Amino acid sequence: MTNSETKKDINLTLKVWRQKGPDVKGKLETYQAKNISTDMSFLEMIDVVNEDLILEGKDPIAFDHDCREGICGMCGCVVDGRAHGPEQGTTLCQLHMRHFSNNDVVVVEPWRSRAFKVIKDLVVDRSPLDKLIQAGGFISANVGGAPDANAIPIPHDTAELSMDAAACIGCGACVASCPNASAMLFVGAKISQLALLPQGKPEAAKRAISMVKTMDELGFGNCTNEAECEADCPKEISITNIARLNREFLKAGLFSTVAK
Amino acid sequence: MNWLFNTLWSSIGKKLFMALTGLCFCGFLTTHLIGNLTLYAGKDAFNSYAEHLHSLGPIIPIAEMGLLLLFVIHVLTGLTLFYKNFRARPTRYAVNKNAGGRTIASFTMPYTGVILFSFILFHLLQLHFIDKTGTTIYEIVSDTFSQKSNVAIYCIVMIFVGLHVSHGFWSAFQTLGADHVKYTPFIKKLSLLLSIIFGVGFGLIPIYISSIL
Repeated sequence: MTNSETKKDINLTLKVWRQKGPDVKGKLETYQAKNISTDMSFLEMIDVVNEDLILEGKDPIAFDHDCREGICGMCGCVVDGRAHGPEQGTTLCQLHMRHFSNNDVVVVEPWRSRAFKVIKDLVVDRSPLDKLIQAGGFISANVGGAPDANAIPIPHDTAELSMDAAACIGCGACVASCPNASAMLFVGAKISQLALLPQGKPEAAKRAISMVKTMDELGFGNCTNEAECEADCPKEISITNIARLNREFLKAGLFSTVAK
Repeated sequence: MNWLFNTLWSSIGKKLFMALTGLCFCGFLTTHLIGNLTLYAGKDAFNSYAEHLHSLGPIIPIAEMGLLLLFVIHVLTGLTLFYKNFRARPTRYAVNKNAGGRTIASFTMPYTGVILFSFILFHLLQLHFIDKTGTTIYEIVSDTFSQKSNVAIYCIVMIFVGLHVSHGFWSAFQTLGADHVKYTPFIKKLSLLLSIIFGVGFGLIPIYISSIL
């Protein structure tokens, strides 16, 4: 029995965004993905297509990936109009081909945002997210011996809320799925993660002002409360974090002693 | 005062303007609807309501100026945000799909907004900025709704009012950061209720007036 005869294999038609470089015009090109095992992940499916392309002497499709376990935040494309594909709470590397049917036509596009420049094909420059972290997504603490666990009392629910926000892997799907290419879920998650805990409070006002200023300068759009980001976030981070961002920013801008 | 400008001119500051002015309009629509309900009590009740309003003296022109200011802020800020959001994605997707967050109301906010802007100008030119000597406000209203086209326009636009309010009202609270596990579900329900009250409440008035002519 050959591989193509097994029940679990499917054939797909891919329409993939191909772009040679940041300043070159790109376009969707059609490829056939043949004999794809439904146990494969979406990225493994692209690997198979790329192997064929290499054998044909063609340029393989460039895409970002690293851990392939859904925790690093490197992978991500817009598949049929959904960031990370059609499954809820899943990164692209954890999206399995069993969610597709034989002979499906699948359109694969890079994250689209003024702030994220296409480097090649499906790879975009997400360094604007790093710039946002540099603007305030940290706490300042003197290094030294590790503090005792539970030295600072934090209610369990608060710790959980902070952890829910800290689940952000910085993949940029929120920006990609936002109708306005806004980064407010990302910034909201980072602000919340730190502002909820005592260690983050001393710098909360400075952080909120600085991160929002940087977010605006980088050319991200504005949130219109459509919650598309929440629906596409692989870590299912809630838009309540955007409300907390708004609250933290207005409190910092209008009532804190931070003057900037 | 640099801090004030920087805060209010930021993305979130602009959203704050949208939220506060939008909530004021919800307040205005509530009083406007309550006042208009006197139409159901007949010609005299409505005329005397209008007379009472105008006998309040300087409060009315001051309130009108206030509404105009809110209107200018809401429209200009809304258009600015719409333009900035459009610019934030220079290359559009070939395939767009709803991930589950978008609603008809949220998706159409800028468009229903522009329709409401045009309607408010039309409404004011038709019923406010006209020669009112030798006639009563009730006659003006009944003349307007004696035309079927006017009844249709008002009724259709009230659907857009409902849509705009259903997303706008709860959005305002989200923008203000007034989000709470206990209150947010209630605010979302109130948003829907308010949009139905405005849509049906205002929408039935032209139908009622045209039916009793």
